[in-house]
Amino acid sequence: MKEILNVTSSPHIKHTDTTSGIMLDVIIALLPAAAFGCILFGSRALAVLAVTVTVSVLSEFLWNKILKKPSTVGDLSAVVTGLLLGLNLPATVPLWMVAIGAAVAIIVVKQMFGGIGCNFANPAITARIVLLVSFPAAMTVYTEPVSDTVTSATPLTYISATEGVPTVKNLFFGMHSGCIGETSAFLLLVGGAYLVIRKVISPIIPACFVGTVALLNLVSGDNVSVAVLGGGIMLGAIFMATDYTTSPTNPLGKLIFGIGCGLITFVIRKFAALPEGVSYAILIMNILVPYINRLTRRKPFGFVKPQKEGNNG
Amino acid sequence: MGSRERILKPVKRLSGAAALPHLKATAELETVVMPPVAEVKIPLQQHIGAPAVPIVKKGDKVFVGTLIANSGGFVSAPVHSSVSGTVKEISPLNGVDCIVIESDGLMEKDPDLKPFAVKNPADIAAAAEGCGLVGLGGAGFPAKVKLSIKEGAVIDTLIINAAECEPYITSDYRECLEGYDDVIEGIYLLKDILKIENVIICVESNKKKAIKKLYEIATDKRDAEDKIKLMQLPTQYPQGAEKVIIYSATGRRVPSGKLPSDVGCIVMNVTSVATLYRFISTGMPLVAKRITVDGNAVAEPKNLIVPIGTPIKSVLEFVGGIADDADEIIMGGPMMGVDVCNADAVVEKRNNAITVMKSPAKPARQTACIRCGRCANTCPMNLYPATVEATLNSGSSENLKNLNINYCMECGSCSFVCPASRPLTQSMRLAKAVLRRESNK
Repeated sequence: MKEILNVTSSPHIKHTDTTSGIMLDVIIALLPAAAFGCILFGSRALAVLAVTVTVSVLSEFLWNKILKKPSTVGDLSAVVTGLLLGLNLPATVPLWMVAIGAAVAIIVVKQMFGGIGCNFANPAITARIVLLVSFPAAMTVYTEPVSDTVTSATPLTYISATEGVPTVKNLFFGMHSGCIGETSAFLLLVGGAYLVIRKVISPIIPACFVGTVALLNLVSGDNVSVAVLGGGIMLGAIFMATDYTTSPTNPLGKLIFGIGCGLITFVIRKFAALPEGVSYAILIMNILVPYINRLTRRKPFGFVKPQKEGNNG
Repeated sequence: MGSRERILKPVKRLSGAAALPHLKATAELETVVMPPVAEVKIPLQQHIGAPAVPIVKKGDKVFVGTLIANSGGFVSAPVHSSVSGTVKEISPLNGVDCIVIESDGLMEKDPDLKPFAVKNPADIAAAAEGCGLVGLGGAGFPAKVKLSIKEGAVIDTLIINAAECEPYITSDYRECLEGYDDVIEGIYLLKDILKIENVIICVESNKKKAIKKLYEIATDKRDAEDKIKLMQLPTQYPQGAEKVIIYSATGRRVPSGKLPSDVGCIVMNVTSVATLYRFISTGMPLVAKRITVDGNAVAEPKNLIVPIGTPIKSVLEFVGGIADDADEIIMGGPMMGVDVCNADAVVEKRNNAITVMKSPAKPARQTACIRCGRCANTCPMNLYPATVEATLNSGSSENLKNLNINYCMECGSCSFVCPASRPLTQSMRLAKAVLRRESNK
């Protein structure tokens, strides 16, 4: 026995999960889709991912260094942000734009609000929107899979079409144009299942998000498989909308959040002059999270209404 | 008949609960009776409430079971000698006055002990007092208070708590197996004298052998009207907490600031029931306790029956010592147990375990809250520990008032699940203290 005993407040044991462990799980879950994107779109895709991850980590490192804060690079959250941003970009985007995006994600969206756990908006999503608004042309140039044929269309173009629609099989397994990591619904679902099994995420948000979009497109008579599988919904719903910091705490809050994301995505795609709405939908819902949390706050077990103090009016 | 033989399922399930490691390595180890040590130090306060008042002085001869201190008030409990020998002195140990008794090693029973007759409900409370019984689940609340049923109060349900949801601890489990006769007699006695309509014996699903024995109690021939039932609860933490077990067994929610009796329930720990029956049938009060000695620093974990007042040091020597790098001795289990400052501390009535831990190879590092919400979704009371911690750190005691902090039972689930290793349960305690200070101003 040691000379001096350790005396701490209970509990004296702890679950083995750590922040870095959770982030590592997210990275593992993203790897199949990332690898597939690199096969599909070639070395250019790999370069984009390398730049986003490197610049993200470097930005975080330098920010901490310059402000003399303890380094948080080890929690791997910057890697996740970089990876997610990269997967949300077309493979053709100039790399200097990619680097700007990653720096914006980490410095402006994350660190300026206080770092991990304090940002109100998803860094990868917000950075993507910044790039989309700043460089609209470059951000919407896609290539066809396994060729260098340039196109400006993703399968979403065919959402209301009757001809030229990609087959459900191609959509599901990802043989179509799009951002690096969004094409293969199958591999994204595999990653999502891994996260659910590992209890990293709850399936409520992805299920409500995808379900709402599917239902609304069904009602509006559009092609449901194109709507759900052809754009960025799977990547957004499973990996971006479930970001802890920028999504609600309670199951009911998650339900509202997921439905809200689906609804806004549908409205943007249907009525706005934009082909895709997932990023905007998630960002808008991010902003509403504090209100959703307040709205869905649960009463404590055995709640008794506190008596009002004397002159409270 | 077929339908009455069923094992009940819980009426309600918890919205939040933690999945803990069970670590019940001692479950199948038969209890060993530890021989008396040369000197016991019996604390006058082993319960919630006023300390007991000593009635012996230096040089007095005492036996096992001799009353040595009376209740210090209504919420208090008397204390009895756990060995035979001579009173040496009354001196403080870790801030609590103790009666120090030199053992003669003979463990002679007090010749004046005799069975305690119980005929009506008031006798049960008197027996609990005479036994010096306190809540043996760990809280140490004087059982007499719990069993003093107010005039006009209707108690329709007695819950026998054999959940034992803390990791490592198996002392209640061993009580079900080894103290079976006292458990069954105690349950039938309480049911008959207190005229309880519903007795629900609650046990977690991971205790198969105990379930089998307790099932025998529920299906005993004496229970012709089928008033006693066995309920198997899911193995989750904190299933055995009083409010949680009442909710699981009956669906009733004990309102904040109220007692189980306000919703028609009494909850008694299974070892408490057996101990009470032992007193009623033999007159022997609570002088020894079955404890589980385990933890990752204990080479040979054991279940022991230890005289109250035995120093932890002696108990650890008896089980064959602990690892050299052990640095934490917990009175109780690892979730709600209290660390002791040194191994001179003694075994008390409310102890059901001594857990000794090594310092972790890689100490958990505190990192920033990532708002994963695990603390809130695990909290059995539906609280928001991360919000409490952040509010506490912001220094605003005004904002703390709206966070329902007093509902917290400090079960430790929030700290356990936190991936950022935030001291959430500790913050809850601090926040309570801040609010107490504010209201005393």
